[in-house]
Amino acid sequence: MTGLEQRLYRQRVPLFWWLSRRSYFAFVVRELTSLSVVWFVVYLLWLVWAVGTGRAAYQSFLDRSGQPWMVAINVVALAFAIYHTVTWFAVTPQAMVLKVRRRRVPGQAIAGALYLAWFVVSALLFWFVVIR
Amino acid sequence: MPEEITLRVSRYRPETDAAPTFQEYEVPLREDWAVLDALNYVKDQLDPTLAYRWSCRMGICGSCGMTVNGEPKLTCGTFLVDHAPGPIQVEPLRNFPVIRDLVIEMTDFMHKLGSIQPWIIRDESADDTDVELLQTPSEMDEYHQYSMCINCMLCYSACPVYGLDSKFIGPAAIALAQRYNLDSRDEGEADRLTVLSEDEGVWACTFVGECTRACPKGVDPAGAIQRAKLVAANEAVRAFLLPKWARR
Repeated sequence: MTGLEQRLYRQRVPLFWWLSRRSYFAFVVRELTSLSVVWFVVYLLWLVWAVGTGRAAYQSFLDRSGQPWMVAINVVALAFAIYHTVTWFAVTPQAMVLKVRRRRVPGQAIAGALYLAWFVVSALLFWFVVIR
Repeated sequence: MPEEITLRVSRYRPETDAAPTFQEYEVPLREDWAVLDALNYVKDQLDPTLAYRWSCRMGICGSCGMTVNGEPKLTCGTFLVDHAPGPIQVEPLRNFPVIRDLVIEMTDFMHKLGSIQPWIIRDESADDTDVELLQTPSEMDEYHQYSMCINCMLCYSACPVYGLDSKFIGPAAIALAQRYNLDSRDEGEADRLTVLSEDEGVWACTFVGECTRACPKGVDPAGAIQRAKLVAANEAVRAFLLPKWARR
């Protein structure tokens, strides 16, 4: 190591670097809201387990799900999951280069297709669960 | 007396200072002056000891990148009037060790740049040396955006991943790897993939996207990294599923 190297001043990233800039904060929120997706997976597995176990377990699942605190958790988790989804839809066109007849498909079309797919799946589920 | 604006410039003199301090200079607020012109004025008229890098003053050489009011910027393209009434805070690029005042140590970046072999790799034995390798405009469009990179390192300064772990190969190096990978004349993608697909390669990137916002040349390194991730993931799956002779 040379003398020059020893005299370098090393800048350090502050602990709260993610509060220093709006876009950093939005990034950290995007990453943390992925936990709500984990929550929904656990919740779904719980439902599958309850259905598989029997009538009593399923009834207990329904009772537990109807509790105000559980509804509150699910509403907050849904809001986070929607935020998470929207932020990923916003950056997907940047990562995905699709070509049709040697022309790049514009980002708005890719994002639009994602929103359309989301809407179709949601509408199908709504029809299946609520209307039928 | 013309109007003036205050520059708050970070000073670090390694022979006497333990850490950087700020020094203020009053410079003329001229409409056609960029921060770099103001630094040149300071150096010429007020304080010849100020150290900083610059060369072309027209956004081509990539030497004058500094942190201006907290943002990584080319100082030659950042105008005083856009930051009036000031003061304007000028610091060295973040995430790099500081040698003196506004001069950062960039050896790490130079090594990383070399590691992705930013040149055309090609078996030329079958090429006719009298004929140039032709390329259609659409083939050039594939990589043209990435070829605009001027190695100014603003993207490294904006990248929190690089700030937290300097082993990350970083935005510009990956964008330049893509510049050659996507070139129809190049055959070096597999070579570069061995560097890019390491943990410190594309996978260290968490897609914050600040590199793309910081880039003064519209290169979109964040997009390049995500595209490289797709290629690396694809190759990993193929390597797992297919025997060696069937892969290429």
